[in-house]
This record gives sequence, C-alpha cells and structure tokens, in this order.
Amino acid sequence: MNIHEFQAKEVLRQYDVPVLEGGVAKTPEEAADIARRLGCPVVVKAQIHAGGRGKAGGVKVVTSPEAAAEFARGLLGKSLVTHQTGPEGRVVRQVFVEQGCDIERELYLGVVVDRGTGRVALMTSSEGGVEIEEVAAKTPEKIHRAIIDPVIGLGAFQGRQAAFALGLPKPLVNKAVGFFSALVRCFHETDASMVEINPLVVTRGGDLVALDAKIGFDDNALFRHPAIREYRDENEEDPRETEAAKHDLSYIALDGNIACMVNGAGLAMATMDIVKHAGGEPANFLDVGGGADADKVREAFRILLSDANVKAIFINIFGGILRCDVLAEGVVAAARDVGLSVPLVVRMEGTNVERGKEILAESGLTIQTAPDMAEGARLAVAAAGGAA
Amino acid sequence: MSILIDASTRVIVQGITGATGQFHTRACREYGTQIVGGVTPGKGGSDLDGIPIFNTVEAAVRETGANASMIFVPPPFAADAIMEAAAAEVALAICITEGVPTLDMVRCQRYLEGGKTRLIGPNCPGLITPGECKIGIMPGYIHTPGKVGVVSRSGTLTYEAVHQLTKLGIGQSTCVGIGGDPIIGTGFIDTLRLFNDDPDTEGVILIGEIGGTAEEEAAAYIKANMTKPVTVFIAGQTAPKGKRMGHAGAIIAGGRGTAADKMQAFEEAGVRVSRSPADLGTTMAAALEGRGA
Repeated sequence: MNIHEFQAKEVLRQYDVPVLEGGVAKTPEEAADIARRLGCPVVVKAQIHAGGRGKAGGVKVVTSPEAAAEFARGLLGKSLVTHQTGPEGRVVRQVFVEQGCDIERELYLGVVVDRGTGRVALMTSSEGGVEIEEVAAKTPEKIHRAIIDPVIGLGAFQGRQAAFALGLPKPLVNKAVGFFSALVRCFHETDASMVEINPLVVTRGGDLVALDAKIGFDDNALFRHPAIREYRDENEEDPRETEAAKHDLSYIALDGNIACMVNGAGLAMATMDIVKHAGGEPANFLDVGGGADADKVREAFRILLSDANVKAIFINIFGGILRCDVLAEGVVAAARDVGLSVPLVVRMEGTNVERGKEILAESGLTIQTAPDMAEGARLAVAAAGGAA
Repeated sequence: MSILIDASTRVIVQGITGATGQFHTRACREYGTQIVGGVTPGKGGSDLDGIPIFNTVEAAVRETGANASMIFVPPPFAADAIMEAAAAEVALAICITEGVPTLDMVRCQRYLEGGKTRLIGPNCPGLITPGECKIGIMPGYIHTPGKVGVVSRSGTLTYEAVHQLTKLGIGQSTCVGIGGDPIIGTGFIDTLRLFNDDPDTEGVILIGEIGGTAEEEAAAYIKANMTKPVTVFIAGQTAPKGKRMGHAGAIIAGGRGTAADKMQAFEEAGVRVSRSPADLGTTMAAALEGRGA
C-alpha cells in the first residue's frame, strides 16, 4: 500500500526524522490559511500517488497566501499528468502546503528489502533529486549500500560509512547517522516495503531535512498496523482492483480487449503472455486463487465485464484443488446470472475435467472449449475480432 | 531417483487441524507420503485419522523421528512455525502459507543461518517426488516418475509444465515449487545444484517470473556449472511495470526484473527458452533429444 507525501511525513515525524512544518488543504482557502500560519515563502505540492510531480507542474514555491490559494485552485479537482501516471493522469484532491527552506545540497536516501541477501538495505547517493534508477543505470558507483542485520539494526559505523561516502562535512556526520538510524527503525517498525527520501537536503543552516518522502507498506503486514491502514486512499486505486480485492481476487486492469480468468499467479501471467503470443492483447490479470467457488467465479465475471473494452473472455484453469466440475458449474451460473455479452472460451485441465466439459456443453450457452492453452488463446483472439 | 524427498521421508504437519492442513494431510497420505505426526499447540494427545498430534515440533520430532515438516500455519504465525521447525532441527521445512509479512521472513532467514534446516517457500505449492512422496498441495495424479526435474516460482504453471511432460511421456524426478515471495528459503541455484548432482535427473525445467534477479543469477550458475540441459520459461512477458502480479515477489520495480532481461540472460548463457507457455514440454523434449537422451 502506498500513501501520500504528507502522510509519509506524519509517519516520519513519529520516528523523529526531521521534516518541515506543513498542512494539507482541500480548498484554495485552506491553502491560504496554512500559508499565513507558516509564513511565506511556502511550497504548494499536489498530493497524488505518483512521482515526477515537480516536472509536471504540480509543485510551486509561492510568496504570499493569495498566491498559494491561486496555485492550489489551479491544481485541485484537476488531473495531473506525470511520467508515472499514464496519459490519463491523476486527479489532485488535496495539496500539501509546506515551509520553504534554503537548500545547500540535495542527496538521495532509500530503504528497501534486498531480495538477494534477504535483508533490509539502506541506499544513499550524492545524486539527490534524480531518480535512483537513472543513477543506478548511469553512475552506479555513486550509490552506497549498507545491508542491515535485522537483529542489530543499522550499526553506527554503517551510518558513518554512508555519511562519509556522501561527502558530508564533519559536523553533519553524527546528524546523518541519527537520521539514517531513525529511518531504518521506522522501516522495520512499520513493516514498510520501501522508504524513499528524495531529496534529502542539507540546508544552508546546516541541518538535514526530508524534503520529499515516499513510503510503501507491505500489504501482508497491514493486519498489525491499524493506524497505517487508515492512510489508505481508495481514490488512488483502480476501482475494479479495489472491488476485486474485497472478494479475495487478484485483479490488475490492462489495456487490451481479451479478459483472462485464471487460477494461480504464474499461470495467470503466462495466460496473458500466450494471448499476446497469439496476436491479441490481454485486458487484465486475474487470479481467482486455488479455492475459487461459484460465488468467486461470479464476482470475477462481473469485474471482467465491467471493462467496456472487453471483446472476449478466456478462462484458463488448471484444476488441482479447484475441481473442473465445480468451476464449470460456477461459470454456467455466472454467465446466466451476469448475462454473457461477449464470446467465452474455456480451457480446463485437471481434476474431473470430463465432467466439467459435459456441464459446459449441456448448459446451452455458447461456450467454446479448447484442448490446450495455445488453442484457447487462438480461439479467444479470433473471437475478439482477430489479431490486434 | 530424486532430490530432497523420497519414499523414506518422514513428514509432520504444522497446522494439521486447520481446514487446509487436514485436507492436504489426507491428500498427501493418500498419495503415499509417510505422514508420521502433526502439530497444533493445545491439541497434543489427540489425532487426525490416527496420525498423532503434538503440542510442539520438538515433541513431534522426538516421538516420530520426522525429518520433514509441511507448514500450513496462518500468515501472522508462519515465520514462528518455521523457526520452531528449525529449533527442532527438522532437515526440511516446507512452508505452503501465502501472505507471510516480508520482514518476518527477514528475521526468520537470519534465524535459519548456520542451522540444520533447509526451507522451501513460503508461498509455494511444495515439492513432489512422483510415485514416492508428495509434500504440498499439487494434484498428485498429473505426475509420472522419471528423469526431468522441475523448479519453479509458480504453482499452477508448474502443474501445466508437469502435465505437458507427462503427456509427452516424459516423467519427473522431483518437482520443487520454491515460492512466489520476495524472500524465500531455497532458491533456483540451490535446487539446480541438487539436480545437477542427482544421477537420475537428466534435465531440468526452470520456471521463473518477473521481479528480482534470481533468474539472472541462475543463468550465470547454469553457464558455469550445469552439465545437464536446462530449459526455461519466464512468466510475465506482458506484465506492466510497478504492478504486483498476484505473487508478492512478482513486480517490475524501477525498470528491473523484466521478463525480457531474464530471457536474454538465459539465452546468453546458452539455455533454451520457451517463448510460449504451451511449449514447456516440447522444449524439454527437444533439449533431451539434442543431447541424445
């Protein structure tokens, strides 16, 4: 789960990570009030779950409460398109109004789970304000990594190594070690999956401040963090993905016209791949899981058909625990119930497959069955009107 | 022959009294697996179909001589269950549970270091040596004893590969689902090494997916070490960036971990890559033929 910048800064503040004073506004008037309270200049920042806001015109330094209101008015309720949002952009529903600061240097700081070592890693770089992927591709030697022992936490020596690698002056080194340690503690205690401070700034006054902040949390650990769950913003999610999650379905919307319903994440990805291979474009990823029943299949159908681009449905199920006859009954019931408006291709394999095929054949519904994945994909692409 | 498990493997089930635990305990036993005990704290002294239940793994191992544990404990307690198995020095712990918090696994991995327990999973279908021993949730009947090893991050896609092999008359030595999470116990390289050393495995199908760099590392390992043909499929060629595709570990983050990169790494290592998931079996068949097998 991702959260907004202003929420991330609330979390950081609880761990004594230095952030600037600020407030969140949903109207231009609120933005002006906050600017007045903080004293200008202030920075007005669009709050959406996507990076690249500055370059897209979503961040501005203003010198009066009136200018803060004016800039907020231009953002609120409108779509902001950044290189991470896609062409449709994201609607700005709130802005963060924050104190200004005098920047001496911009640095990068990130905490992630390093899959190779199975540990949390602190990454620092002197190239602040630039995307870390770009630094990693062009000048990987500028990234310093510290692998953190989960029992010990960040060693002070590791913090010093990182600070010296950043070329920080001596008076700032201890401050930096404290900053890094607080951030790593925050990561572990909140079950974060990613914390990024970009930029981390050195102010002219000789302080370190988290000027931007991005935090993602491990969905599997949210059960033990009720306060963090409250930060969820459904406006930032695809409504179909949210609806699917309520029914314990894993769904991701894509741009194509062939809807896929599959059991298992790997097979679901492979099904998208084979649709593409057959010349079509998948409309979604959908994993109904191992224990799917008729109700789940029906919900899955509803979600697939709510996408107006869908021209055909391809069901690819390898029944192990999920028996093919149960699946077939679910498909028939769902197709009747929801009203099947597009061609349906079913490929089933596994437990009770013959009985499953009989149920589909006896249903009177127009369902094409395929003997294997490749043929199923071919039929689905043809049914959707041929190769894209 | 096989790797990791065979007819002599003695298995306990942690979380044996839960609905999923019961279901799969019975299915494994029907397949022929020696299920010698179960563990559910507070239910020690009772039994499931005559399988004795213990309060702790330590007691279960002491009383039954088990050397493997299949874990169905719910996500919040799964890492603790793995550590309990490790503390009892069970040689092989297989954690089926999906949804274990990542940082629980970070701590768990630290606990396992230097210990005597090999972990498979979490978030995996388990492993099977056809005709001998099934520890996991895969449908047993699709497998045939034989000489091709399968190692995979996926569940149902592994069944697909096995089904294709069986239809072509190619049996399997052992099939290992290593799991779809970002942090797992046994990885591709460990499993490849075991298959390479197993005299009765003649080829290996490796099924990877987007996210992380385990496939790239496996490609380098294969090039340097494998004496048997390996064929590969990578799921997620059409997956968008930055989206988690069902598995917690299946995400293209920061432009890294794409299927294209992984397929290229394997091809550069001289490994045959199936472009389509419909060709998993035939690609292996061709590789075995090319070798004169």
